[in-house]
Amino acid sequence: MQINRRRVKLTRDRVFSSRELSLLAILILIVAGIQLRNSTFLSSRSINDMLKNYSTTITLALGMMSVLLIGGIDISVSATLAFSGMSASLLMRDGVYSSTLVMFLVSTAIGTLCGLLVGLVISRGKVLPIIATLGFANIFRGATYIISDSRWVSAYQFDSAFKRFAQTRTLTFGLMNNLVFIALVCYLVFFVVMRWTRFGRRIYAVGSNPEAASISGININRVKLAVYTMAGSFAGLIGAMYTSLYASAQSDMGMGMEMDAIASCVLGGVSLSGGQGGVPGVLLGAMTMTVISKALPLIGISQFWQKAIKGIIILIAIIINVLAQRAIHRNAMRARERQI
Amino acid sequence: MTAHPDRSILAARNKSLKSVFMRWEFLLLGLFLAINIMNAVISPYYLNAGNLFTAINSFLVKGFIAMPMAYLLVLGDIDLSVGSTVALSATLLGVSYNAGVPMGLAILIALLCGTMCGLLNGLILTRFTELAPMIVTLGTMTLYRGISEMILGSQSTGSFHNVSWFYQIYYARLGPVPYLFFFFCLLALAFGFVLHKTIFGRQLFAIGSNRLTAKYSGVPVQRHRLICYTLMGLVCGMSGVFYSSWMGTVRFDIATGYELEAISVAVLGGISTSGGKGTFPGAIISIFIIGLLGYGLGLINVNSQTILMIIGLILIAVVMAPNLKTRRKPGIKTS
Amino acid sequence: MSEILLELKGITKTFPGVKALDKVHFQLRRGEIHAIMGENGAGKSTFIKVITGVHMPDEGEIILNGKKVVFRSPLAAQREGIAAIYQNVTSYPDLSVTENIFIGHEKVERGIIQWKKMHKAAEELLRPLNVDFQPAALMGTLSVAQQQIVEIAKALSMNAQIIIMDEPTAALTNSESEELYRITERLRDEGKSIIIISHRLEDMYCLASRVTVFRDANYIGTYQVSEITPPELIKAMVGREINDLFPKPKAKIGNEVFRVESLGRTGYFKDISLSIKQREIVGLTGLVGSGRTEVVQTIFGVEPYDTGTVYLDGKAVEIHSPQDAMKLGIGLLTEDRQNQGLILDWGIGRNVTLPALAKYARGKITKDPIENMAAKALCEQMGVKAQSVFDKASSLSGGNQQKVVVAKALTSELKLLIMDEPTKGVDVGAKAAIYEVISDLIMKGMSILIISSEMPEILGMCDRIYVMHDGRLMGELDREEATQERILELAMLKKTALAVEG
Repeated sequence: MQINRRRVKLTRDRVFSSRELSLLAILILIVAGIQLRNSTFLSSRSINDMLKNYSTTITLALGMMSVLLIGGIDISVSATLAFSGMSASLLMRDGVYSSTLVMFLVSTAIGTLCGLLVGLVISRGKVLPIIATLGFANIFRGATYIISDSRWVSAYQFDSAFKRFAQTRTLTFGLMNNLVFIALVCYLVFFVVMRWTRFGRRIYAVGSNPEAASISGININRVKLAVYTMAGSFAGLIGAMYTSLYASAQSDMGMGMEMDAIASCVLGGVSLSGGQGGVPGVLLGAMTMTVISKALPLIGISQFWQKAIKGIIILIAIIINVLAQRAIHRNAMRARERQI
Repeated sequence: MTAHPDRSILAARNKSLKSVFMRWEFLLLGLFLAINIMNAVISPYYLNAGNLFTAINSFLVKGFIAMPMAYLLVLGDIDLSVGSTVALSATLLGVSYNAGVPMGLAILIALLCGTMCGLLNGLILTRFTELAPMIVTLGTMTLYRGISEMILGSQSTGSFHNVSWFYQIYYARLGPVPYLFFFFCLLALAFGFVLHKTIFGRQLFAIGSNRLTAKYSGVPVQRHRLICYTLMGLVCGMSGVFYSSWMGTVRFDIATGYELEAISVAVLGGISTSGGKGTFPGAIISIFIIGLLGYGLGLINVNSQTILMIIGLILIAVVMAPNLKTRRKPGIKTS
Repeated sequence: MSEILLELKGITKTFPGVKALDKVHFQLRRGEIHAIMGENGAGKSTFIKVITGVHMPDEGEIILNGKKVVFRSPLAAQREGIAAIYQNVTSYPDLSVTENIFIGHEKVERGIIQWKKMHKAAEELLRPLNVDFQPAALMGTLSVAQQQIVEIAKALSMNAQIIIMDEPTAALTNSESEELYRITERLRDEGKSIIIISHRLEDMYCLASRVTVFRDANYIGTYQVSEITPPELIKAMVGREINDLFPKPKAKIGNEVFRVESLGRTGYFKDISLSIKQREIVGLTGLVGSGRTEVVQTIFGVEPYDTGTVYLDGKAVEIHSPQDAMKLGIGLLTEDRQNQGLILDWGIGRNVTLPALAKYARGKITKDPIENMAAKALCEQMGVKAQSVFDKASSLSGGNQQKVVVAKALTSELKLLIMDEPTKGVDVGAKAAIYEVISDLIMKGMSILIISSEMPEILGMCDRIYVMHDGRLMGELDREEATQERILELAMLKKTALAVEG
């Protein structure tokens, strides 16, 4: 027997898998359809607005992806987002600091701590992720109400540079909006980490076969802890982005965003049982969700219809995916039938 | 066949007192008593039967949902769309009533709507068994809520209390005890009996413990799942009717978070989300634990958000506590 | 450098309630293949886990290269050059072959994984192992045999000096096993020391130079393979002699009970026609992957069939689900009893009654005492070793689990019982018990269809043998005309070359 020397282009070395390509095609179709109905959609201003307004959701999907990759789930991220955003805003209101950078760092740090706590309960306390994060969603959300005394931090209480940050392009010297830039950097870093570092590959390994991972000496608990902590960090960062974007902090901010993040991942091909999915797919999934949210009003569909349409799209996407995989399987079987 | 008379296998269990009283339900019962005592100490008004049942009635509306949720969790399934289903059922009830449909028929429409929502979840999940229940019901959660929002927008629909018998569904009492409470008890008995004493119930546990083995043992796995999802929908429809009778008006954003509460209650009751484990009485007791805890804290002016936080803490503590104790198992060491 | 590479002295390991190893000794020489044998539950797996650092022994010491070592983790053992290939292949189905080989010791430069270098290195490791897949292929797309070869490559990539193989041939066909023997021998010739654990005597006699036997957590002895005969070895393992391993009953074969005609499922098998008479034991064999399991799963209604007809007692019947099959009196013991046959968390009683709850219920209401008594009777009849019907299925050994699965099938009135690899992973003593059960069932008028890869079993038990290859029935042999050679010839008929390559 000979090793087949034919050069096969490796799936792993391609940026997009076939699944991601088909999602890209769908995304392009949607965009084209909307553009036909409303020609202002693809203007640079509208795209910029869209990316800016949804940079939070888009980034949140990354943290969720790492959690889903190990076969977990984190529905506490939006509460973490609110708690860290609110804490950091309160500190800014009270004049502890006024620097935007410090605000971002503080919020991210608080988010990281929240994530660490979640991770500890899941990895050391052996609580199922859905239960642990369900509990923490309540805890962090409740804590947000308590520390804020159920009041807003309003625009006038923020430093003006901080409010301007979300609307300007200072980080890239005019190339793109600051928040969009942050999201982009997160995606790039994550892309590299997931594909070319040991840490990233461990995440895949643990999700793919936890038992094997533990036998081959991977400390599963540490990977779990790291992943949930990371999801918390992202949530913290997004807490700051969110407050900067809306120039206010409310106790109920970000409610339901975890669902959008999960949906983005699932659309992008991340398997809920772990081990499968990549950063490009998640980006496409998140972009699809974004385009749908932004575009529906543009083509004259009432905002009250948005949720229903999103729901339908999630359902159709996952069902189409199943049907496609079945078709692939059936074709493979037909091909094999000829050899029998 | 060769008999092995030398080897006899026991068919009866030696029940020690310890094993009976160390069961989860007894711990829950203790917790239940503790909360009642605490509440009674905190507030002199707590033990007033009228007030107490007013409080109980209000959390029973969502308590109903915990029953079929327990079934689904035993199956290893989950339904996140329950809150949305309640809202959609109540919405349809409101809209049809206000469009001139007689209330009786409107109730039927609401129940039918709930059943259909559950049926749709079940159909998708049993036709496409590759799909995870969490993601599908996440999708329908958005969809059902979205339809409700599509219908109502930012408006509310209501004035149900013009129909006095409809008002009575929630508010009528026999002495201090609301009829709703009796209904709840009956339903809980029925659910508990079916789960623990019938073939159907045993098969649910089998499916949740090992779906493949259940299938190979001739258990109609997908049919049972479909039944449970549909049942879940029907109960959500009921909950929607009770909610409407309670509040008199409906908005699209009612009943948010019911799914989380139903799941929390079931888990606190000892039902594992990974399927195959748990007892029904535990789930019922914990409906009252969580409900009365909330009520008690409300009496001393703890706000609702803090109560949620405390429930979250209890949930995690309860699930984590036994794990921490048994963590130092000898043998497997993988660090 | 001493001749002894690895030595374990007085190893004791206790789990709650069970002594898994009791003062066990073991010596491994440089460049030898050393077999460890024993019944299920003898402590072999625990012993391996002690060597590989998964378990820490309670007592005793491990001496590697003359130095006393303590392995606190699998990683520590790996660093000392000990690699294990486990019974259930421990791979990552979603990752590439390359990654599976290099997991834990990836080639990294400045924190960045060097994929090209790794793929190349993987190819170099795999080339001498004669494989026909790419290093970039996903592990999940490979066959069990191919995955095992990847595991060997993984061991080599870590520069392992000691390679432990836990039941390496359990899931392999004969030709695949032979390929594995060749690879193993080459590794030995290159100076590696190999520990092999197996139930198959052939494995040991083909490969090993010495064998260590465990029984009931105790060390029994170490023997030169050339000096110990199979009966002696079996006696050492089970503590008694087993004479009549295949008690083939002389039953009077009756009329045809079951027949399928040109059964087909796209992509899996085609034109399968077979029949079974009353009190007949029919074998269905062929290489793993030849479609045997798929055929019986289809007969049992687990998977749909696209063409063909099923007849029971001469009447055409429709089977769309396991319930249909069970109602008609067809039972199936699956190959994977842990995942498909049993609910491990449940007591054996509940497991036994699961397929026939209605039989023990009053109306729709279950009656525990009736169930427990019925389960007790069936388990005793099968000779299950257990304290009570409440013992968890997970607490039983493989052989006893298989007996529980058989008891489960016996709750229904069966005409035909299909057994897929009934003795896989079962120790010698339990094997004999299962054959005895098969004989009893035949005497009671049942018919049996056995799927097996083990030639002696097929030849010893069956009245007639069907042989499959690549989804087709290649032939039918009578008991008299069947020999190992004839079966192999049919099983490899079409693509002899490929089959030899594995």
